[in-house]
Amino acid sequence: MEHPDWLWRTPEPKKSYDVVIVGAGGHGLATAYYLARNHGITNVAVLEKGWLAGGNMARNTTIIRSNYLWDESAGIYEHSLKLWEGLREDLEYDFLFSQRGVLNLAHTLQDVREGMRRVNANRLNGIDGEWLTPDEVAKVCPIVNTSPDVRYPVLGGTWQPRAGIAKHDYVAWAFARKADRYGVDLIQGCEVTGFITDGNRVTGVETNRGPIHAGRIGLAAAGHTSVLASTLGIRLPLQSHPLQALVSELLEPVHPTVVMSNHVHVYVSQAHKGELVMGAGIDSYNSYGQRGSVHVIEQQMAAALELFPVFAHAHLIRTWGGIVDVTPDASPIIGRTPVENLFVNCGWGTGGFKATPGVGWVFAHTLAHGEPHELNEPFTLERFTTGALIDEHGAAAVAH
Amino acid sequence: MLLISCPWCGEREETEFHYGGQAFVSYPADPESLTDEEWAQYVFFRDNPKGDFAERWVHSAGCRRWFNTVRNTVTSEFLS
Repeated sequence: MEHPDWLWRTPEPKKSYDVVIVGAGGHGLATAYYLARNHGITNVAVLEKGWLAGGNMARNTTIIRSNYLWDESAGIYEHSLKLWEGLREDLEYDFLFSQRGVLNLAHTLQDVREGMRRVNANRLNGIDGEWLTPDEVAKVCPIVNTSPDVRYPVLGGTWQPRAGIAKHDYVAWAFARKADRYGVDLIQGCEVTGFITDGNRVTGVETNRGPIHAGRIGLAAAGHTSVLASTLGIRLPLQSHPLQALVSELLEPVHPTVVMSNHVHVYVSQAHKGELVMGAGIDSYNSYGQRGSVHVIEQQMAAALELFPVFAHAHLIRTWGGIVDVTPDASPIIGRTPVENLFVNCGWGTGGFKATPGVGWVFAHTLAHGEPHELNEPFTLERFTTGALIDEHGAAAVAH
Repeated sequence: MLLISCPWCGEREETEFHYGGQAFVSYPADPESLTDEEWAQYVFFRDNPKGDFAERWVHSAGCRRWFNTVRNTVTSEFLS
């Protein structure tokens, strides 16, 4: 039997590139793709210490939505959702993007007020959204328990029909394949250990495979961004935490949409293959260990069972953890650093997957021009000094 | 699940505790003289090392007292 065609080459690193991106997750790969596609910059390397898309890109719960409260967030997440809607044709690769909608349930009066306010904010920003009563929730997702006789009854929910899920691995492969065809070098097993500097400017990276020079460098290293930045003495407002997720065995189609609940705290969808995919909040403590504590899983399954009594029949097959970099306002940092020619894309915390094409687009622009795209201009590092925070912590409908 | 040693109550399960983040971050001695940058550092910036980290926990479901530990952020081993 013949091996199928490889989707990308395995090149040796060159001595120098116009742009080096650190981290071949979804964001790094999308950035490389749009650097080539939108800006004609193809002398690019994406350096990955492990294997391609083996970090949070392999560990997320694949939810895609844009129903964020604040205008700045609406801008970048809706840009991303619009790109998702045409991405299959653009990348010529099917990654099972399914716009099955997202329900964000409300269980308290405060949840109801927050949800209605967010639906209105979304509509003002041209984002689809509506408020559903408990009966309407039950029509959209019949397996949700909308009985009033539970500890936290469903009082309604927000509904974004254009939201959905995609097959995360395929998304990474689709971007990698196209970036590779443009001539981008995707270099796995290449760990960046430090930077080559000239005064207050970076001119390259030190790696386990030798020095690689670069005109501009973009960090897309998620939970390890602090570690990289600290080698230059840059302090970032990031804390790295474990975020866990889990799947059940393969089941017949039972769950038609994506359900998120801030209050009992779980989010659930059913993958195309049939697994129930669930996630919740981060483990409280700082960690780089890519695993978390079992009581966090227990809590999210308890929440899932309250919402979906039918899940009592399902078995937990696998849990895992990734390391997410969380900012104080739960919004990312995308832009310049105090060091010339070094740019960061970090702080996505628990919600980076949905932004993959959108952030690739704006980070590529930032790296190509040396200054931010209008959509990532508000997401600066300086906002923590000026106070212009984009506070999505309580606003964004669950921990992403 | 971490097993955390409270200095007063001994080893207890993580669910009895709440996390307090980096230890030894004291309130500015002369707050009125701080620049915006210095306030930002105090309010929003914390160390985030991969390795040993001095941090705070509170034994919420026990003696309700705060204490400092040093924990390795890769292995989660408590060193003190």
